[in-house]
Amino acid sequence: MDQQLKIELGKQGVFVTTIEELYNWGRRSSVWPMQFGLACCAIEMIATTMARYDMARFGAEVFRPSPRQADLMIVSGTVTKKMAPQVVRLYNQMAEPRYVIAMGACAISGGPFKQGYNVLKGIDRYIPVDVHIPGCPPRPEALLQAFITLQKKIDGQHLTGEDRPRFLDPNAQGEFSVPDQGEHDLEPTSNTGVWPVPITIR
Amino acid sequence: MKSVEEIKAAIESAVPGAAVEVVPNPGPAAQHSLRIAPEHAIDIAQFLRDDPELALDFLSNVTGVDWPDKEIAEKVKVTREVKKMVDGPDGKVEQTVQETVDETRKRVEPGCLEVVFHLYSIAKTHGPLVIRMRTKNRSDQVELPSVTPIWRSAEFQEREVFDLYGIVFTGHPDLRRILMWDEFKDYPMRKDYVEPDDFEYEPTPHDEVLKRAQKHKGREQQTGIRDQERVAE
Repeated sequence: MDQQLKIELGKQGVFVTTIEELYNWGRRSSVWPMQFGLACCAIEMIATTMARYDMARFGAEVFRPSPRQADLMIVSGTVTKKMAPQVVRLYNQMAEPRYVIAMGACAISGGPFKQGYNVLKGIDRYIPVDVHIPGCPPRPEALLQAFITLQKKIDGQHLTGEDRPRFLDPNAQGEFSVPDQGEHDLEPTSNTGVWPVPITIR
Repeated sequence: MKSVEEIKAAIESAVPGAAVEVVPNPGPAAQHSLRIAPEHAIDIAQFLRDDPELALDFLSNVTGVDWPDKEIAEKVKVTREVKKMVDGPDGKVEQTVQETVDETRKRVEPGCLEVVFHLYSIAKTHGPLVIRMRTKNRSDQVELPSVTPIWRSAEFQEREVFDLYGIVFTGHPDLRRILMWDEFKDYPMRKDYVEPDDFEYEPTPHDEVLKRAQKHKGREQQTGIRDQERVAE
């Protein structure tokens, strides 16, 4: 609807909205993260929820200890190859709509441990990530920024049409394959449906 | 604390037949260590813990060392008989002469796996005493006695050494992998460990990473399969 008309009506004391707007407003104002941390980034995540930074201001104060009750997975820290299948499994257990914030250098790319044999080179190889935060570890402000970015993303989602989000598309993939722990490495090394191997052009 | 030589003498008098060798540390730390034979390890460990003067009641650290097979090239002087024409009284005469020649010989020094223990005494506030043990080789005879029955703190650290180096501790109550998953087959801290080839994507490769990315690319061109297809298989 016309934004100008809406403001004009608001001045007259008439509140006009759409179902989509109301629905997204409700969703983005009560995003409950899952209570789990993987490494040092988790300390920053905890700090973000405490009084000084207070993530509760954005409606994300309730950290749920069960994936069934959580809307947001904050992958905060190094994902080792031993832990990766469990992270994917937790993501699979979350109810739609669900979102992922990859927090810190390790979660987005492997970070300082990228050249190691035991660390996954980014969780986006197996699950779709909505917001990536660089930093080692990112400051609480960065996590808040990421959270506001995610809220903007939720606000922009349309309930109908071709570009509707995954959870409203009955044909969309809901389950993401959990990698096997093989004899030398995870098998497969990435989920091509989520992360096609980028082709570098030089 | 006693010096390593004194401790060596104490061990040898307490445990008859124990072979103890001092491994000197030439660095400024001068932290010399003792290498013991695995056959008497349990007795020696018992002695080190229970001796009232040493009272090494705390095992702080267990770690491993991989000594790969070493090829040594040596120059050896060899004398052999060479036939030569020598000036004689009536012209040239063939004669056998002894000649010394330098020859390079290569020999392979077999490698082994070593485990290192750092012992402290909480009661006497001294330490560390560094104890080493070696396996016979690094392929099939990799058993060493576990000191977990003596020091409980060895349990997880011996599991870690087993996980990363492949040293099998006999007498360990629960010898499983601790850091890597159970299905994992390799020993990552060994020198000859081959890392998984998962450098398919490098946004800004440099130095070591560049080499690995190029190696990966070379393999891709060799097999003619692109990464995307390879993963999809």
